[in-house]
Amino acid sequence: MTFAVILVAIVVVSVLFHFLSPWQATPLASNWGSIDTTITITLVITGIFFVAIVLFMAYCVYKYKAVPGRRSEYRPENKKLEWWLIGITTVAICALLAPGLIVYNDFVHVPANAVEFEAVGEQWRWSYRLPGKDKTFGRTSVKRIDENNTFGIDPSDAAGQDDILIAGNQIHVLINQPAKALLRSKDVLHDFYVPQFRAKMDLIPGQVTYFWFTPTVLGTFDILCAEYCGIGHYNMRGQVVVDNASSYQKWLSSQVTFADVLSGGTVEGLVDQGQRLASSRGCIACHSIDGAPSLGPGWLDLYGSQETLSDGSQVKVDGPYLIESVIDPAAKIVAGYPPVMVAYQMSDEQLDSLVAYIASLSSDPDNSMSIQPSIEE
Amino acid sequence: MAYADDVENEELHEPTGFIWKYVWSQDHKVIAIQYSTTAILVGLVALVLSGMMRMQIGFPGSIDMDATAYYQAMTMHGMIMVIYLLTAIFLGGFGNYLIPLMVGARDMVFPFVNMLSFWFYLVSVLVLLASFFVPGGPTGAGWTLYPPQAITAGTPGSEWGIILMLVSLIIFIIAATMGGLNYVTTVLQARTHGMTMFRMPLTVWGIFVATILALLAFPALFVSGVMMLLDQTIGTSFFMPDMMQFGSQLDYSGGSPILFQHLFWFFGHPEVYIVALPAFGLVSDLISIHARRSIFGYRMMVWAIVSIGVLSFVVWAHHMYVSGMNPYFGFFFATTTLVIAVPTALKVYNWLLTLWRGNIHLTVPMLFSLAFIVTFLVGGLTGLFLGNVVVDIPLSDTYFVVAHFHMVMGVAPILVVFGSIYHWYPKMTGRMLHDGIGKLHFWITFLGTYLIYFPMHYLGFLGMPRRYYAYEDYPFIPESAQSLNAFITVVAIVVGISQLLFLFNLVYSYFKGAPSGGNPWRATSLEWLTPETPPKHGNWGSSLPVVHRWAYDYGVPGAELDYVPQTTSAEEVPVHESDHDE
Repeated sequence: MTFAVILVAIVVVSVLFHFLSPWQATPLASNWGSIDTTITITLVITGIFFVAIVLFMAYCVYKYKAVPGRRSEYRPENKKLEWWLIGITTVAICALLAPGLIVYNDFVHVPANAVEFEAVGEQWRWSYRLPGKDKTFGRTSVKRIDENNTFGIDPSDAAGQDDILIAGNQIHVLINQPAKALLRSKDVLHDFYVPQFRAKMDLIPGQVTYFWFTPTVLGTFDILCAEYCGIGHYNMRGQVVVDNASSYQKWLSSQVTFADVLSGGTVEGLVDQGQRLASSRGCIACHSIDGAPSLGPGWLDLYGSQETLSDGSQVKVDGPYLIESVIDPAAKIVAGYPPVMVAYQMSDEQLDSLVAYIASLSSDPDNSMSIQPSIEE
Repeated sequence: MAYADDVENEELHEPTGFIWKYVWSQDHKVIAIQYSTTAILVGLVALVLSGMMRMQIGFPGSIDMDATAYYQAMTMHGMIMVIYLLTAIFLGGFGNYLIPLMVGARDMVFPFVNMLSFWFYLVSVLVLLASFFVPGGPTGAGWTLYPPQAITAGTPGSEWGIILMLVSLIIFIIAATMGGLNYVTTVLQARTHGMTMFRMPLTVWGIFVATILALLAFPALFVSGVMMLLDQTIGTSFFMPDMMQFGSQLDYSGGSPILFQHLFWFFGHPEVYIVALPAFGLVSDLISIHARRSIFGYRMMVWAIVSIGVLSFVVWAHHMYVSGMNPYFGFFFATTTLVIAVPTALKVYNWLLTLWRGNIHLTVPMLFSLAFIVTFLVGGLTGLFLGNVVVDIPLSDTYFVVAHFHMVMGVAPILVVFGSIYHWYPKMTGRMLHDGIGKLHFWITFLGTYLIYFPMHYLGFLGMPRRYYAYEDYPFIPESAQSLNAFITVVAIVVGISQLLFLFNLVYSYFKGAPSGGNPWRATSLEWLTPETPPKHGNWGSSLPVVHRWAYDYGVPGAELDYVPQTTSAEEVPVHESDHDE
């Protein structure tokens, strides 16, 4: 009796939980309402089976609980009943599969009017590329990636010259315009996932993957990495901003092309050079520059400070210490941080620029540019 | 039955001395207990790791666990539970103990190889545990070990930890192969007089088919492990494309990360059934025995096991719907995956129809069996979400997946492990496990795991991604989700600690348990009919048992008792028409 009651209670509580739970799908912001519909169909059909089967079990446990002297019925099989059950199950399976495959057919067929953008993942940040006026992306190769060409675009490919490069974590897309996301990874697997859009797809180094969606709600949405990509996985976030036409054009006009980058990379200050290096070499994925907690020591107000090392000793953060920490990170680990950083190969000039950039990061504006790193060879 | 005749003419060589009896033992029963004990102990390590992870998720920062340790715990928990606990205990533990006893053999056909199987398994466990003590610690690559990140610097343990993990897996596969060849050969060759294939208990069928799956699937993991080991150590590029690592070019070129995923899941999906099919078999026997009713639709149950086994080799890419493989594969794999639900559903129906018009004894093994049906039902039905490609797209890589696979291949098989240990412990020791402690352990475990994993699906609907060390500042996640996570953690800790009840029961009852006699559950299958309990070396005394009927004659009309042992001849009690020789 107790067991039967508990089985019934499990059914009742589970169904109530489903309807009362505040944890439901986050509000939809794309065309993929049809995916939500397939989830609903699946919930209804599986829900019916769940309720029916557990209740039947409760009935059996209640009705056929052992009574001394009673014998069970001896009927080893009932082929007719079994075939009926197989038939009903098959019908239910078809009712799940058919709508699922129909919607999936939409998912794999990108509309002809979809506008392409490229999302590039690396540990643990996002950057983006638009094809520019010619609507064609330039060829890329991982082998071409360096600090001047962070997307690895082939400079000899004319189609790449007008490609628009967005180094920050934020991409803008146009509302109600089908978008085809081309996905590329520089290092490991990642996954482009916006919960409000429902659709997601992995990024794979060595190949380009894709999926499509039509944003239907204005606003800013988080892009999460949904494929485990190492220790910073949980913090690899980008943003997609869904714009109307005018604000989209305004944003687009302020972006730079690959040609701009190629020609503009002439003389720049040490600090600017360091900033670009920190971005292109991925330093800022683990070292925050705004005081936020991060995997490695944050750089804001780091220069000139006293830090405690993991062995308990103290160190003053100056040029030589920072340089040592880049080329031999394990030598002196700041207490409280995991020893996960790899050694970086950089030229002396690059190291100087990076130190200058770190030194420039101060929350006190008067202080920021005054420290000039003294490099001791 | 040439084997049975030969065996009876051979003299038994009983080992003498402690070492040969209990350490370097070639007796399948001792090896089974060695396997099970090792699996349970290493499973406890994985249980503690999961508790630490839950503390970090439920109460961030409450224990001193950084992201490195979190991902290492996540990886080791998953791999230990799937491979070193569940696979080992079902095949090495129950397979070893029950196959020879249930088919009426004196032992496995290759006892020496069987012994080696255990020692290789033990070495694989020690190599795995050693990775906690190498520089950089164990690998934190996730239990799927996807390259490139498994062997690049952004992942914990990418230098030493991953090497030990791969070496350990390779050794484990050698162990599983040696054991597996034994189980298959023993079932095919060493059945006693009258034990046709269609008179075998479903336990043997489940383990038999699961072992065939293991022999066919593990090689895929073996080769992918060797290939990744070469990528990591001597710089080959099987799985490694042209790629960067924190802004520097690596020397790899031209490899395919997705090739690893195909190989891994070609092993990984059958692996689900390597765990599930033995559980199906064991639970079928528990339900029939404790409901005192013949298993409903025995032949259909066998064919369901066989067809699930075959189909399990053509569904692997349903783990890869959003992996970037050719999207048209999705149509094929969604269809095959949903087709596999039909034989699986049939098994659930037949368990229920075995209860129907039965005479149900709510013993501890039966309670665990019924709990298994509920848990497996939820896990199976949620599998229909994830198998149906387009429904999977929003849910994949979220907590829905975590909840689903813990229900279907974590909790459900473990409930069967518990039920089976409560059921067969008397045969192994001659004593009953304590009933009251068993019931307490059951209720906490069953209701607790349901409270953990049922609500967790809803975090997946919400879109919370799995494998996240922390969830700070994600506006789409409401604060109440953190409260739910805290609740789940509290329940998980209670369930985790309550497993001590089970361990205590195992030890306490070994010394103080009520004597069980040879057949406490009044069961029909051969292992309950041994001349001694626990069975001695050689199991059967001077001559092997002779089988006259199937293993499910419960409630036979006209029989004196409500069960008819398999050795009872047709003259004493007529054999049912469905139990004809083929």
